[in-house]
Amino acid sequence: MDSLTWIAATSIVTAGLTTGIGCLGPALGEGRAVASALSSLAQQPDAAPTITRTLFVGLAMIESIAIYCFVVSMILIFANPFWSHVLTQTAGK
Amino acid sequence: MHLSPDERILWQYGPLKLNVTIVTTWVLMALLSVGSHRVTRRLIIAERIPRWQCFVEILVAGIRNAIASVGLEPPDRHLPFLGTLFVFIASANLLTVLPGYEPPTASLSTTAALAVCVFVSVPLFGITERGLLAYLKSYVKPTVIMLPFHIISEFSRTLALAVRLFGNMMSGSMLLAILLSITPFIFPIFMTVLGLLTGMVQAYIFSILAAVFIAAATRTHEEWD
Repeated sequence: MDSLTWIAATSIVTAGLTTGIGCLGPALGEGRAVASALSSLAQQPDAAPTITRTLFVGLAMIESIAIYCFVVSMILIFANPFWSHVLTQTAGK
Repeated sequence: MHLSPDERILWQYGPLKLNVTIVTTWVLMALLSVGSHRVTRRLIIAERIPRWQCFVEILVAGIRNAIASVGLEPPDRHLPFLGTLFVFIASANLLTVLPGYEPPTASLSTTAALAVCVFVSVPLFGITERGLLAYLKSYVKPTVIMLPFHIISEFSRTLALAVRLFGNMMSGSMLLAILLSITPFIFPIFMTVLGLLTGMVQAYIFSILAAVFIAAATRTHEEWD
């Protein structure tokens, strides 16, 4: 295989794997966060505003990890520097 | 399929380029400034206040309570900066209901600029509140070994702020573009609603995180114990 094929194949596989594996961790973490928020809401319903606010802030922090993986996948698919470099090389030839 | 509104250039003069992000930001700035000036032209204290004044009062009181709950007392010192962050990002994200509109926060330039504003404001507020020496000493607490970690964390949380907002907004608009080409009318509408919700949550998160960073820099050490 020449380098064009190598780069294309590796980018595609890596993009899929990045989002696939990278969203496992945050999903588990968010599940645990919501579970503990629900149990503390059940124990102290009058602290609901504080608990809900802290829950949302924590969820956004966890979500940002998945967002990083998504951004890497998008870069690999749509703004791949290796791909454009190799394309300009073959176009020059 | 373009990643961000930066790529569509509307006008070019030599090295200066006006892309969609800049023009949208200008329109947003004009909208917010003119709108708030018109609303607050004649403020009254009465039993029945005009609707827009009521809305603005709710907004300002809500932001003030949020800033005070993070621990920044008095909240009015930080209200201009943090309130503007929230209102700008929230209105930029909410206007996605308009067809053909691309939020400027879907471009890494805008979110990086906002994150750099927060990065600059944290030592600014810390030094004006506690003095230069006390602020610099906080970098070596609890031990001197923590100095590189504090510095690295300053940069990494700024980067995280920028990428979080950019990733959320970019994924929303890209998802919508992909769905519009696949399925007809109903399903993209649900994804737009989800995009609006995440836009509001991300605006809140951005300003609350900025408030938490500023609070961490301005609170004296005795208050933490």
